[in-house]
Amino acid sequence: MGVGIQVEHLNAWFGKTQALRDINIQIAGNHATAVIGPSGCGKSTFVRCLNRMHETIPDARATGRVRIGELDVYNGTSAVAIRRRIGMVFQKPNPFPTMSIFGNVAAGLRLNGFRNRKRTAEIVERSLRYSALWEEVKDIMHKKSGASLSGGQQQRLCIARALAVEPEVLLMDEPCSALDPISTGKIEELIFQLKEQFTIVIVTHNMQQASRVAEFTGFFLLGNLIEFDKTEKIFTTPSDKRTEDYITGRFG
Amino acid sequence: MPEHSVTAELGLSATPVSWWRRAKNVTVTFAALGAVILVLLPLGAVFGYLVYKGIGSINWAFLTQSPKPVGEPGGGMANAIAGTVLILGIASSFGVPIGIGAGIYLAEYGRNRFGNLIRFTADVLNGVPSIVVGIVAYGLVVLSQRHFSALAGGVALAIMMIPIITRATEEMLLLVPNTVREAAYGLGVSRWRTTISITLRTATSGVITGVMLAFARVAGETAPLLFTAFGNQYWNWKLNQPTAALSLQIFVYAISPFDEWHRQAWAGALILIVLIVVSIMAVRIAASRGMMKGAN
Amino acid sequence: MLVLSWTGRWADQVFYGLMLACALSVLALVGLIVYELAIRSGLSWHAFGWQFFFRSDWDPVNDQFGALPFIYGTVVSSMLALVLAVPLAVGVSVFITEMSPPWLRSPLAFTTELLAAIPSVIYGLWAIFVLVPILRVYVQPFLASAFGWTGLFDGPPFGIGMLAAGVILAIMVVPIVSSITREVMTAVPQQQREAVLALGATRWEMIRTGVLRNARAGIMGGVILGLGRALGETMAVTMVIGNRPEIARSLFAPGYTMASVIANEFSEATGDLYLSALVEIGLALFLVTIVVNILAQILVWTVTRGTPARSHA
Repeated sequence: MGVGIQVEHLNAWFGKTQALRDINIQIAGNHATAVIGPSGCGKSTFVRCLNRMHETIPDARATGRVRIGELDVYNGTSAVAIRRRIGMVFQKPNPFPTMSIFGNVAAGLRLNGFRNRKRTAEIVERSLRYSALWEEVKDIMHKKSGASLSGGQQQRLCIARALAVEPEVLLMDEPCSALDPISTGKIEELIFQLKEQFTIVIVTHNMQQASRVAEFTGFFLLGNLIEFDKTEKIFTTPSDKRTEDYITGRFG
Repeated sequence: MPEHSVTAELGLSATPVSWWRRAKNVTVTFAALGAVILVLLPLGAVFGYLVYKGIGSINWAFLTQSPKPVGEPGGGMANAIAGTVLILGIASSFGVPIGIGAGIYLAEYGRNRFGNLIRFTADVLNGVPSIVVGIVAYGLVVLSQRHFSALAGGVALAIMMIPIITRATEEMLLLVPNTVREAAYGLGVSRWRTTISITLRTATSGVITGVMLAFARVAGETAPLLFTAFGNQYWNWKLNQPTAALSLQIFVYAISPFDEWHRQAWAGALILIVLIVVSIMAVRIAASRGMMKGAN
Repeated sequence: MLVLSWTGRWADQVFYGLMLACALSVLALVGLIVYELAIRSGLSWHAFGWQFFFRSDWDPVNDQFGALPFIYGTVVSSMLALVLAVPLAVGVSVFITEMSPPWLRSPLAFTTELLAAIPSVIYGLWAIFVLVPILRVYVQPFLASAFGWTGLFDGPPFGIGMLAAGVILAIMVVPIVSSITREVMTAVPQQQREAVLALGATRWEMIRTGVLRNARAGIMGGVILGLGRALGETMAVTMVIGNRPEIARSLFAPGYTMASVIANEFSEATGDLYLSALVEIGLALFLVTIVVNILAQILVWTVTRGTPARSHA
């Protein structure tokens, strides 16, 4: 079951440039929350701070408090341990090129020392079913490499890979921007179903996608969280003028 | 419209190119072609003579026997071939891990000034004349052990292998897109595990290519072995005794006054060049297949 | 929630430490080289000082050592090699990059690289039994009769000698110069070529002004890299240069290079001063080669700025 995320006074920097300014937000568990905003507003940075991927960039740092369930992300546990509890799907599908489809999904398990082969096979099947890929690959998953699939399939493979380690939260950084409309549609369908099991935070520059998929939406601008509310409200009667300007296309 | 064209006013015209310029053009083309021929000629001549002079002498005896005393016909270079294998084995046991390790450091941790220093030093190391490497190995190993040895030869060759392997490994690792590393981090895989199981694994065929190229380069080296491994008439498998090597044997035989030894020198040279060409071919084939596999 | 094994941060630190150690070994090796050479040449340095490099007497019996003949031999053989190799290498590169039909490019480039893969001792072997007789029987008499007035071709045509060394070195240096030249020529942007062609130039004029001129620094770098290789070359030269510590004007005369004297006499050097003198020659060779190589790298870098460097075997 998904858990909620509490963010308090989150600030992030790239070297001397501040990318996020005092973000405070409560993300509901078992729902999908969209993060929107123009290029450079900090939405990707925000999401990458939730699983401490932000600090993998040289000279990048973040301060503040992030709690995911009872897990305190920045105090106490190592970044590596955090990332095992949170799944991430990236903009461009990135399956491991030297591994089979099966190997890709199992990678998170194997690389962390999980040895039980029977359980692994069960988990792989379950994850592939979750990401609606099972029927398409069940016969070839040991033989074909992850890179041999189409773009949309690769992204679903990456979702399956993220789900295999049973995260509580799934972060998605513009997962459909490299895909065609049909693959995008399939993934949006997926998100709809995944919401029941996981908490989803999805960064998107496509406002229609946000309104299709997410119950809540946060609008970011120049590193600040301008408005955060039910998606319906944001897109019909936004409280802040800047939000209104963005969604009506006056900039960004 | 002006009375006369701008072209005429400026003195430009569509007159044909002067014969002098055309003649120069053609001459240069022939000169370049001539250069190509002149360069390919020795290549063909070397390979041709190696086969012509060497093929007759390669027989079972040659490949299995060690040299006979001066004046006696027959004998072979088996001990030299074995010696080369031994020395290369010793060299790789140092050179390959250190080279790959340094390459990993440069690619994954060394995108900074210190990394540049290492890179520069590796290039410097690459340019050190092989005879000087021999002197150093002599000082390090032979003097302290008080005799020539296969180990000393191995150390000398390892010093030469390291910069080649380091640069090749770094290059191959840098080719692995960062998204692949990110995918692993996102799954909560620790950095060292990502580097070994994901990044290095993706670049495996390229790294092997680099190692084999290093092999092909040092297998034929003679100068660094002259006063380290030193050579040996007999079989030797001990690390701390002088050992024969194919390249050394070719040298000694070639400058000797005996026709019999000259004949064997050609045969040995043919074997050496075949080994080198085969490894280079294998590298090229592996590279073309490896690249396609690793491509995303 | 699956319980997965915990790998401590210390594993990351240990791994980093190991990789760093490997990288530091590279530094350590160069340091070791400098140290060894400096220490073991100390004796000779104290005995002869700077004069070591200006004296010509090489007399192991009486413990008198002067390195001038070897310096002379190294410089002359390398210069001769460059004079022969550079036009050929540039010609080959021009042909491959600008004139060759596309299907021929790869095989030609490959065969030129193949020249670089042949070990020095095999070049030497071939030189002794094939090149030297050709020089002795055909080339040297011709040179003596046609160009004898220069004084460069005096003395009996043995075949063995400075000329043979220069020729075999040239063959060995061509692939390096050619490989760099090709690299820098390809790095010249297509727009440069088009700009010159659009002015109505012939192909050669385009190559000369559009490509070669832009790549000048890089080609110079390739030449100097080739020089670096020639300076350090040991086996092939040792086998054909005659190995006599003499300074002569004629290219037919035997000579001796710094690398050759070490190769020939090191293992039989009796006496500490003898050995030390040889090591001092090695130190000098090392320093000169380093400087030359660095200069070459800088020159090449100015043209191919930004392109990742490749190891030039």
